[in-house]
Amino acid sequence: MIRALDRKLLRDLWRVRSMGLAIAVVVASGIALLIASLICFDSLETTRDRYYARNEFGDVFANAKRVPRWVAASLDELPGVDRVDTRVVAGVTLDVPGSTEPVNGRLISLPDSGRPILNDVTLRSGRWPDPGRAEEALVNERFAQGHGLELGDPVFAVINGRQQQLEIVGTVLSPEYVYAIAGGDLLPDPKRFGVFWMARRHLATAFDMEGGFNDISLSLAEGASAQPAIAELDTLLEPYGGLGAIPRAQQISHWYLQNELTGLRGMALLMPMIFLGIAAFLLNVVLRRLVAVQREQIAVLKAIGYSNLRLGLHYVQWAVVVSVLGGVLGIALGALMSAGMLSLYMEYFRFPDLIMRWSWGHILAALLACGAASVLGAYAAVKSVVKLPPAEAMRPALPDTFRVSLLERLGLRRWLTQPLRMVLRNLSRRPARAAMSVVGIAFSAAIMVMASAAMDSLEELMQLQFNVVQRQDVTVTFFEPEGRAAFYELASVPGVTEVEPLNGMSARLRNGNRNRQVGIQALQPDARLQRVVGADYQPVQLDRAGLILSRKLADVLGVEPGETLRVEALQGTRPEQDMVVSATVDDLMGVSAYLEPDALQRFLSDTATMSGAALGIDPAARESVYAALKGMPVVAGVALQHAMLESFETFVAENVNTQLAINLLFAMAIAFGVIYNTARISLSERSRELASMRVMGFTRKEIGVVLFGELAILTAAAIPVGLALGYSMLAGMVAAYETELFRMPLVAEPGTFASASVAIAVAMGLSALVVRRKLNRLDLVEVLKTRE
Amino acid sequence: MNESSNGAATPQEGALAVSMRDVTKVYQMGEVEVHALRGVSVDLEIGGFTVLLGPSGSGKSTLLNILGGLDVPTSGQVFYRGQDLTRADEGELTQYRRRRVGFVFQFYNLIPSLTARENVELVTEISEDPLPAQEALDIVGLADRSSHFPSQMSGGEQQRVAIARAIAKRPDILLCDEPTGALDITTGIQVLEALERVNNEYGATTAIITHNAAIATIADRVVSLADGRISRQHANETRAAASTIEW
Repeated sequence: MIRALDRKLLRDLWRVRSMGLAIAVVVASGIALLIASLICFDSLETTRDRYYARNEFGDVFANAKRVPRWVAASLDELPGVDRVDTRVVAGVTLDVPGSTEPVNGRLISLPDSGRPILNDVTLRSGRWPDPGRAEEALVNERFAQGHGLELGDPVFAVINGRQQQLEIVGTVLSPEYVYAIAGGDLLPDPKRFGVFWMARRHLATAFDMEGGFNDISLSLAEGASAQPAIAELDTLLEPYGGLGAIPRAQQISHWYLQNELTGLRGMALLMPMIFLGIAAFLLNVVLRRLVAVQREQIAVLKAIGYSNLRLGLHYVQWAVVVSVLGGVLGIALGALMSAGMLSLYMEYFRFPDLIMRWSWGHILAALLACGAASVLGAYAAVKSVVKLPPAEAMRPALPDTFRVSLLERLGLRRWLTQPLRMVLRNLSRRPARAAMSVVGIAFSAAIMVMASAAMDSLEELMQLQFNVVQRQDVTVTFFEPEGRAAFYELASVPGVTEVEPLNGMSARLRNGNRNRQVGIQALQPDARLQRVVGADYQPVQLDRAGLILSRKLADVLGVEPGETLRVEALQGTRPEQDMVVSATVDDLMGVSAYLEPDALQRFLSDTATMSGAALGIDPAARESVYAALKGMPVVAGVALQHAMLESFETFVAENVNTQLAINLLFAMAIAFGVIYNTARISLSERSRELASMRVMGFTRKEIGVVLFGELAILTAAAIPVGLALGYSMLAGMVAAYETELFRMPLVAEPGTFASASVAIAVAMGLSALVVRRKLNRLDLVEVLKTRE
Repeated sequence: MNESSNGAATPQEGALAVSMRDVTKVYQMGEVEVHALRGVSVDLEIGGFTVLLGPSGSGKSTLLNILGGLDVPTSGQVFYRGQDLTRADEGELTQYRRRRVGFVFQFYNLIPSLTARENVELVTEISEDPLPAQEALDIVGLADRSSHFPSQMSGGEQQRVAIARAIAKRPDILLCDEPTGALDITTGIQVLEALERVNNEYGATTAIITHNAAIATIADRVVSLADGRISRQHANETRAAASTIEW
C-alpha cells in the first residue's frame, strides 16, 4: 500500500521528469567516472601486486660493467636483503626478418638450470630453451605479436658485429617489462623494442661475461628499507663500473604503471566531485521552484497535521530518488566503461592475466556520494518553506522585488529594449543562482578544454622534442665511448648526409645527501641536429664555466644557478670534481646536465667521449643506411625519429580520441543539464509574464528573446570563465605530471578553445530547442485567470 | 431603454468594430464536453462602451477571449471591421492583438521586473503610432509613479498602469476582464474613471466583462450572459458617470 504522500512524490517526479532526467544524467556521468576509475585502479593494482609477488619482482636493481662471480656472495650480506639474482644483460641491435629497420633489443640471461630467482618470466606459448642450444631464446609476447613472429622463427642479433641467429622457442611476459618501453621513448612500441631471454652460458660467452655478471636484482625482507641496501650496493659495485642502483619506484616499467595508477586515483576523486557538485546545485534550483509552486499544498498538508520533518523528507526524497537513479545508471555505465578502459590498458600494460576487481564498498560509496549530493542540494531549498507556519504559507509568497540592474545604472539603460531589461533584471535578482549556473556551464567547458588541451600539450611535447630539439633522423648509441674513427665510419655510410657526435658520460651529481645519476651531455655549440632547447624554443648557450641542468634536475637536487655540485664520473678513471651550476633549462624529456665539450674532455682526461651520434639521412637511402648500421659492431642502439612519431600517432588514434569523445560526451551532459534546467525553471517562473506578452501581441520569437536571452547571457559569460578554468586545470595537471621522465608543456591551441566554445553553444541551442516546444504550448488564457 | 430578447441588430457596414455571429465554443475537459458558448451573436460598435454582464461560468470570459483573438470559436464567425478572424492563423491573430487590441485583466499581468513606465514602453516599442508612455500614464493619473516597480504600487495603481499599457498603442478595441475584480470600491471607481476617460477622449471601442451589475450603468450597451447564451441585451439611454456608482 503506497501512502498518499508517496503517491504525490511519484506524480511530482513524473511531472518534472525531463528535469529530473537531465540531473540524473549529470549524476550518472560523475558516478560512471568514479566507478570506472575505481574498478580500473583496483583491478590494475591487484593484478600487478599478485603478478609481482608470484614472479618475485625485485625491489632494487643495479648494473655494472662486469662484476666477478665471487662478489655475488657478499650481495647476500647487504642490509635488509632477502634474495639476490645476478644476470648477464646486453643491449643489441636486432635484425628481424621482414623489417629493414634496425630494432633495439635486450638479451637477458636465464639460469643454466632452474628458474630465475627474481624477475621470473611467465611462459605464454612454446617451451623453455634447452641450455645446451645456444640459439634458443624466449621473446616478450608483445614484440612477437608486433612482428607476427611464430615459434621457430629466426631473429638476428648483432653481437660484436657478427649476426647471431636466435630461434624463438617460446613467448613470455615479464614483470620487468609490463610496460615495455625503450629508454628515451615516450610510448612503448612493440615493433621497436624486443626483449629476449636465453641460456646464461651462451650469452656470457658472447659478451665476455664468463665467470661474471653485469646486472643485479635484490629483493628485500619484509619491512626493510631500500636506501641502506642501495648505498652499500653502490659502494660494493664501484670498482666494477657500477652505474648506481635504483629502487623499484624508479624501475621504468613500474614507474609508468604507478604513474597511471596515481592518475586513475586522481580522476576517481576530482571528476565525480565536480559532477556531483553541479548535480547538487541543479537539485537545489529545481526543488526551490517546486516548493515555491507547491507553497499552498505545503500549507494544507501542515494544516492537516503533517510534521515539518515529514514534509521536509518528502521533498528531500525527490532529490534522493533522482540522484540515486543517476547513481544506479552511473554504476552500470561505469562497469561497462571499466571493461573498455581495462582492455585499452591491457594493450599497453601486459599481464599474464587480468584480475577484475570491484567491490560492494565502491558501489556503496557511489550511492552514498549520490545521497550526500542530493541531501546537500535539497536541504537548503526545502528548509525555509517547510518551516513556514501554515497560515503564512497559505498566503501567496511576497511578490518578487526588482531593481534596476547594474549595467543599466552604468548608463546602458537607454540602449536596452524592455525585453533586454527584463533579462538583465531577472538575472541580477538572483545573482547567486546566475553565478552558479555560470560556474556549472563553465566546468563543462573546462573539462572539454582540459581534455583536448592535454592532447595539444602532448603534441607540443612531440613537436618540440622531435622537430626542434632532436632534428636528426636517426640516433645511434655506442656500447663504449668511441673516438673519431667511429665518427668517420658513420660519415662514410652512403646515404648519411650529416653526422653530429653526441659526447657524454654517465655521472652522479651530488648536493649534500641528495644525488642523481644522469648523463652529462656535451653538445657542440654549433649543433644543428641535437640541441639544447627550452620550452620557450630558445637554444641554450653552453657556458664554458659550468654545468647547465634541466630545471627538474636542479629542483630534485635542490640547487640554484651559482651553487656548486659534486660531480662523480661513472666511467673511465672515475674522476670527481666540484662544478658550478651556471644555468637551468626548461627541457621536456628526461633530466640531463650539459657541459661544454672541451670541459668534458678535460674532466675525463680521456680522448674518447663520443657516446653516440645524431645522423641526418637521405630518405631514399634509408634501407641501405639501416643495413649498414645493423652491421656496425660499435652500435648498441638505434632510435628512429619517424618510428617514434608513428607510435605516437598510433597511440593517439587508439587511445586519445576515445578518451576525448568520452570527455566531450560527459561535458555535454553537464552543459545540457545546467542549461536545460535553467531554461525550464526560468520558463516556469516566467510563463505568466511571457503569456501576458503574447496576449499583448508579442510574437513567439519576441518572447523567445526574453527567455533565451537569459540563457545566452549565462552561456556567453560561462564560456570565457570555462576556458580560463580549463586552462588552469590543465596547468594543475601539467604540474602534477611533471616527472623526471618527461614534462608536458602548458599549451592550448586556439582550436581547443574554439571547439569547447562551440560545443557549449550547441548544448545551449539543443536546450533552447527542447524548451521552445514548451514555450510554444503556453496557455495564454489560463495564466490570465490566476494570480501568481 | 431599448431592449431585444436575443441576438444583435443586423450588422451595419462600417459602424461595427467587431461582430460575432452564432459563435459556439466547446471545451473538452477530460471526458466531459463543456459548452462555454452556445450560439452567441454580439456586435461592438465603433467607439461604443459595452458591458458584458454575467455570473461566473456564464461564458463571458470565453467571449472576451474570442473577441480579443486569444481563442478561436468551435463554430460561427467573428469579424473585425469586416475581416473574418475565424480564418486567421496564429501569426495573423498575434498581429491583430498587437495592432488593434488593448487588454486589461483582473490580476493586472504587469511585468514585475519593469517599472510602470517601462511596462507601458514594452507595448509602445512594438506599436506603429503609440502614445508617448508618459502621456498614457498621465491619462490614468500616474505620471508621478512612472519609475515605480509593480511591487511598489497598490492594486489600483497597478491596474491603472495596465490600462495605460493597454491604451498606449491607441487600440481600436479595449477589452477588460473583471478590471475591478481584485479591487476595493474606491480604487475600483478610480479604475473605471480611467476607462471612461479613455473611451470618451480617445474613442476606443471598449468592452468590460464583469459580474458586478452596478458597473453596467456606465455603459452604452449591456449584454447579459447566462449559461453560454445571451439572456438579455439593452442600451442605456444615458450613461452614468463612473464616480456615481456604488456597490
